[in-house]
Amino acid sequence: MLYCQVAWEVGVVSSLGVVYKGVRCMPRGSFRGGIHPPENKSSTGGLPIVAAQQPSKVVVLLNMGASCALSSMVARGDSVLKGQKIADPAGRFGVPSHSPVSGKVTAVGTVRTGLGALDQAITIEPDGQDTLDVSCVPVERVDKLSQAEMIDIIREAGIVGMGGAQFPTHVKLTLPPNAKVDTLLINGAECEPYLTADHRLMVERPGDVVRGTQILMKAIGVDRAVIGVEDNKPDAVEALRRATSEASAGGVVEVVAVRTHYPQGSEKHLIKSTLGRDVAPGCLPFSVGVVVNNIGTAVAVADRFDRGLPLIERVVTVTGSGVAKPSNIMMKIGTPAIELIEQCGGFAGDPGKIIFGGPMMGAAVPTADVPTTKGTSGILVLDRAESRSVEPMPCIRCGRCVEGCPMHLEPALLHQWSEAGLWSEAEAYHALDCIECGVCSYECPSRRNLVQAIKYAKAEIGARRRAARERGDK
Amino acid sequence: MADTKLIVTPAPHLRGNIDTPTLMRDVVIALLPACVAGVYFFGTPALLSLIAGVVGCVGAEFVFQKLSARPVTVGDWSAVVTGLLIAMVLPPHVPAWIVVLAGVFAIGIVKLLFGGLGYNVFNPALAGRAFATAAWSALATTGYIWPASMEGAAWARGIDAVTSATPLTMLKMGEIGGTSMSRFYMPLFLGNVAGSLGETSALALLIGAVYLLWRTHISLRIPMSYIITVAVVTALYGQDPLFHVLSGGLILGAFFMATDYVTSPINAKGQIIFGIGCGILTALIRLFGGYPEGVAYSILIMNAAVPMIDRFVRPKRFGEVKARA
Repeated sequence: MLYCQVAWEVGVVSSLGVVYKGVRCMPRGSFRGGIHPPENKSSTGGLPIVAAQQPSKVVVLLNMGASCALSSMVARGDSVLKGQKIADPAGRFGVPSHSPVSGKVTAVGTVRTGLGALDQAITIEPDGQDTLDVSCVPVERVDKLSQAEMIDIIREAGIVGMGGAQFPTHVKLTLPPNAKVDTLLINGAECEPYLTADHRLMVERPGDVVRGTQILMKAIGVDRAVIGVEDNKPDAVEALRRATSEASAGGVVEVVAVRTHYPQGSEKHLIKSTLGRDVAPGCLPFSVGVVVNNIGTAVAVADRFDRGLPLIERVVTVTGSGVAKPSNIMMKIGTPAIELIEQCGGFAGDPGKIIFGGPMMGAAVPTADVPTTKGTSGILVLDRAESRSVEPMPCIRCGRCVEGCPMHLEPALLHQWSEAGLWSEAEAYHALDCIECGVCSYECPSRRNLVQAIKYAKAEIGARRRAARERGDK
Repeated sequence: MADTKLIVTPAPHLRGNIDTPTLMRDVVIALLPACVAGVYFFGTPALLSLIAGVVGCVGAEFVFQKLSARPVTVGDWSAVVTGLLIAMVLPPHVPAWIVVLAGVFAIGIVKLLFGGLGYNVFNPALAGRAFATAAWSALATTGYIWPASMEGAAWARGIDAVTSATPLTMLKMGEIGGTSMSRFYMPLFLGNVAGSLGETSALALLIGAVYLLWRTHISLRIPMSYIITVAVVTALYGQDPLFHVLSGGLILGAFFMATDYVTSPINAKGQIIFGIGCGILTALIRLFGGYPEGVAYSILIMNAAVPMIDRFVRPKRFGEVKARA
């Protein structure tokens, strides 16, 4: 009798707990906010990575964001070898670039980039031999290297974050002296719809993912790593788990499946989902003891240490309704997008939009004849019908953007401040916290360009801060 | 070259499948059960009233926008929502021209003069009702009738069927309330009582509310905080909370008027504060005010507080869990 009573009460209390959790909390491996857009990954998710055809030219951009322009080390007419360093940054922040092919430099000068801007670049015509430069030798005796030496090798190999932002990896790995970091997090979420480049790397080269992870662990001096993968890629989780159990000693590498939920691949959200740690606004992951790197970056590190290759190739998912034969391609970085599309059977129908990256954060390019970069994870071609945009309607304050914002901001209000040019208001409403994931615009029933307005506000706030600093300096 | 026709727009390049006209159309769908219940209980005048509301609102929006040479936005369904709601918050037997004029006021003054969809401060339908009851108080407050179906019903013993008093009016007058109120629960739930056209049937309103919740167009934050607050305050005062929840315009107001996007706070915390504020005001008006019912004025007063709530009640940012040492 008493037992029944106790059991009943336990049952009531725990079911209340479940109800409370259902109402207020989220399942493990997730966060509040975000969306689940159509994944559109099935057309390429099961396709093995294929090697790219020899490009007719490669265009190596000399600018990786305004902060680190590179200067060319070669001139028109020079012969270059595959893997040869051809451009070097001025400061310690940037990373060098290497020739993805052996061949002849046909031009050093202005080209049009995917952003529509004109930029400096080295154009190389391949000789088809792919003769490797002598500098491309595997790193021996990794165990004997210091952390600083390892980080320097990674920098010299031109390795940057390959999720799209192209943030130099060595900068992430170089921690402030007082930082206490205990975990390396490898980002295998690949939460952008359509993209399957990281997915295929995890399935086909799990050993290299784990190997790169272990090298990165050593470079930052931690003995624990977590690989976070969205649970729509069970084959990747399984492959990685097998690889981690087979891997020789080198610290604990744990594979964690997280909920398939955009923007799971935002580093702060993946830290929350996998480790349960909260990165405070304005802080970087190392403030909670974590360094985050992408799957592609881990593979690039393994390629450099084990095969001697600098970052000259990457996997790109060429996909979308406007491509005849969607594929995952291992391409030479700098290959014009149009050549990759042609390798995929060309356009299907009338292309309306070509996007570098995924549909949520990627940039629409003005022409297909623009070079790919180290950050080009996808080339998404949408046909004309899918590309149609609608006129925005007035904001009805429905709050869907607020509900969806994974940073828990109020995009509708930020948009209002941005449109009115009230930059200090936008700053007070934490515009700078915005991770530009695009959930607000996706959710908006009035089709307003919310994230665009917030990006604009961020740029204005940044410019005003810089101006204020300069005034202060004088 | 085909490339010259490529479209370049800012990210994201995917958009969700819910747009504003869909939202508004779904609200219309959600209101239909209560409209049908209103016509069932109160007859043809109720149907005429609903038509008058929609004609007044849609017509006013069309005419005013034509006259001011602005784009005509009647296609977004929002005027239809306002039109239905105006009829629903007025007595079922109010003259149709009053409903039309209330709609013209709601759209012309309260909505369009403030900038149109998205810019109005006050809920247009409730402001239209307030206008009608103030301008023609005798006509607009005497159209209450008891549904014919309640005559002879056991629970209605002792109620003068000729009177046009709503249950809340009778409570205010002291005609009921001395004994147990539970005999009123079922008629109030089904809608078989006197009241405004669309407010009497809690059942029909809840069916619509469930639809909106299922479509994720509304959350429970405002309705639940509103309803629970009314129940708690009236219970503390010693009155029957369930009677208060089921009677008058509370269910209609809580689920369909207080949740109006444009005139309610934009974040979760603000919405709960808004709901509690509406609840306290409604209970205070019902218990101590001059009117028997206070849903409309409570929501209108809280509408005015929304800019302030949005200003001072802010969500906690992601990662802002505890102050870091």
